[in-house]
Amino acid sequence: MSAGVNVSGSIRRRLLVQLVGSAALLAALLFIAVLAFVRNVAEESHDRILLASATSILDSVSVQSGELTADIPYAALSMLGNVSDDRVFYRITHPGGTLTGYDDLPVGGVPVQPGQPVFESARYKGEGIRAVTISRRLSVQGVPVPVQVSVAQTRLGQATLLEQLVWSALYIGAGFFVLASALAFWSAQSSIKPLRSLTEAVSRRGPKDLRPVTRPVPAEMSPLVSSLNSFISRLQASLARSEDFIAEAAHRVRTPLATVRTQAETTLMRVEKEKNRASLREMIRAIDESSRAAGQLLDHAMVSFRTDSLELKEVNLTELARDLTERLQPVAELKDIALHFEGGSPVCIQGDGILLQNAVRNILDNAIKYSGQDSEVWVRVAGSGAQQKIEVEDQAGGFGGEDTEALTRRFVRGANAKDTIGSGLGLTIAREVAEAHGGSLIIKNSQTGAGACVTLCFPSH
Amino acid sequence: MRHALFSLALTFLAIAAQSAAGFEVEERHWIGPQDGTPLRVISTTDTEILAPLIKSYLLQNPGVAVDYTVANSSEVMKAVLEGEERFDIALSSAMDLQTRLANDGFTLPHRSAATALIPEWGEWRSHVFAFSLEPASIVLSASAFAGAGVPRTRQDLIALLRAQPERFRGRVGTYDVSVSGLGYLFATQDARTAEAYWRLMEVLGSLEPQLHCCSASMIERVASGELLVAYNVLGSYARARQDLAGKIVVVDPEDYTNLMMRSAVLLKGGSHPELARMFADHLISAAWSQPPAADYPFSKPPVAFVDSASPKRPIQLGPGLLVYQDAEKRRRFMAEWFSAVRKK
Repeated sequence: MSAGVNVSGSIRRRLLVQLVGSAALLAALLFIAVLAFVRNVAEESHDRILLASATSILDSVSVQSGELTADIPYAALSMLGNVSDDRVFYRITHPGGTLTGYDDLPVGGVPVQPGQPVFESARYKGEGIRAVTISRRLSVQGVPVPVQVSVAQTRLGQATLLEQLVWSALYIGAGFFVLASALAFWSAQSSIKPLRSLTEAVSRRGPKDLRPVTRPVPAEMSPLVSSLNSFISRLQASLARSEDFIAEAAHRVRTPLATVRTQAETTLMRVEKEKNRASLREMIRAIDESSRAAGQLLDHAMVSFRTDSLELKEVNLTELARDLTERLQPVAELKDIALHFEGGSPVCIQGDGILLQNAVRNILDNAIKYSGQDSEVWVRVAGSGAQQKIEVEDQAGGFGGEDTEALTRRFVRGANAKDTIGSGLGLTIAREVAEAHGGSLIIKNSQTGAGACVTLCFPSH
Repeated sequence: MRHALFSLALTFLAIAAQSAAGFEVEERHWIGPQDGTPLRVISTTDTEILAPLIKSYLLQNPGVAVDYTVANSSEVMKAVLEGEERFDIALSSAMDLQTRLANDGFTLPHRSAATALIPEWGEWRSHVFAFSLEPASIVLSASAFAGAGVPRTRQDLIALLRAQPERFRGRVGTYDVSVSGLGYLFATQDARTAEAYWRLMEVLGSLEPQLHCCSASMIERVASGELLVAYNVLGSYARARQDLAGKIVVVDPEDYTNLMMRSAVLLKGGSHPELARMFADHLISAAWSQPPAADYPFSKPPVAFVDSASPKRPIQLGPGLLVYQDAEKRRRFMAEWFSAVRKK
């Protein structure tokens, strides 16, 4: 279909690449955003639990008999155990030193302001820890003493959680990408669809269909379609012009030719000298040939015009063929040719009567023209279900292995045509008419081998 | 009979109990070939009790010997903390001390097919592995409670002790929490769980209680009739004493019963960590396989134990246990406990 077309890129592929590329980019961004968000949430919630634990420890610090003491609640540490299986460390300090807990815990070194928890990350006992330190002032024997509580936990549980979160984020990103790619594929496919259906509609057209494209198309395609339509109409106009020109030219040539022929015949009667008579006869023959060519050119133009705007009516092929046979009977008798008609019940098709008549007449003309003296020509009409046909068989020697297809091209004449007046348009006309009716022209030698058999075939409608 | 089995290619060698370095050893045994590679175990569990499991372990691992040291739970802790003598594995009934060892980084993690058998509440961060589940029970003198009236709950016991103070004076006993790590664990868990505990301690305190180092001595004194009531005794030990079956009544309190888990931790710095892992796996699979191994010495641990409606509750492993290991907390608890119990 794209033979000879200079193809560069593909809209669909470019669209697909762009959409899938953006989907991949968005999926990556989504992954990063989701990961950052959940990591933040996880860290924050972990920090909050640490803070809750530290707060409940700090609340348990009191002054008894003038001394600081702490009664750490069970829940303060067990709540950390409920979150993860991590190691837990704590320390309660006051300016005098460590009250209780892990003396060497490397956090809460700097004094912390009451109400402002400080979160830190550090290493302790060979593992990374996350710690919070909070403080409160207690009055010991009338002196305000700042008490500081640090609670720390190793981050193994958090690391495990984060790993799970990374996977979830990855699954979300990948899922988004797959879904978006599927949608991109669908979208690329559907955006290319009107183009595809227009292509199909145009390429499905018959060779002579030069109607403008009227089907609805998307706005983006309307300039293309309107250019195409204007191109089609220019082409149509140009074709019509050349047909008109040929018809006009043929018509203009034919009338003067008739005059010249009459003059030539008159002169022939008057001329006595055998040499001059021969050359006059040659002249008349040439004139006949030109006149016939002009006639056929006219016929051809007419056929082209009518097939462009074919008006279908019911045509009785039997009737049509019998009429023509009768009409050409005198011409046949001049050459002592026996013209037979064979046809029974009426065979009808939907078609243009004038065109069909023209086609049959051209075939019959050929048959009579090429047949020798005392030979026979048969015209047969037959209808058999799916196919109706008119067959003309002669005894003029047939085609002798020639390319019978070539005979239906314009101005191509058979090998035995040298002595016969003709233009080479007869079979072309017949074929064009047959094809305009959805049928075909079959040219072959007759079964006896004595001549040709030309058949017009039409499908039943 | 046990000893008969032992003679089977194994030598049972009792080393004279010696006071090694900074911790107090109760007994020490070399089990297995004299020249075997020694797996050094420090444990609170009597040699006799674990002997069948040790024996089957040695059968599976020829060329290995077990150097088995018995000490009480605080001494086990001390031995590990001071580190003068290196052990491969520590077995202890004091869950809080085992947790403390794991939390403070003295232990090695371990994961295997055997550890996968342990229910979630029976292990902590792949460092502490439970291999038994034993109740803290009340042991009563059978003769004294012959005519019914056996207390089923702490409330019953309080009422009974209050009603007849003269009958029970000087004839009630419990753990000395300052001596026994397990006693301290039971006491702190009781204090955490129920208000009734302190009332019970107040009542006990008014009855001149005898304080003991260990379950075995309490069981024997109840059997002999010296004590009528012993509170927070290891039910598994009491029930194991078939010889005393007619003399004692073992009650798992129906209001709630704490279940202690004997646990194993693999110690850092041991010379044979691989042997220790195999030994731990051996204990664990003996305990948690269904059914437990034939040579498993404790009553079968109920694997499907998560029935929250049951009054029997395993003590929860985890950082919560560290709270009672806090020096301040411990000092305060001891002070409070002794002021309740030592009241005249």
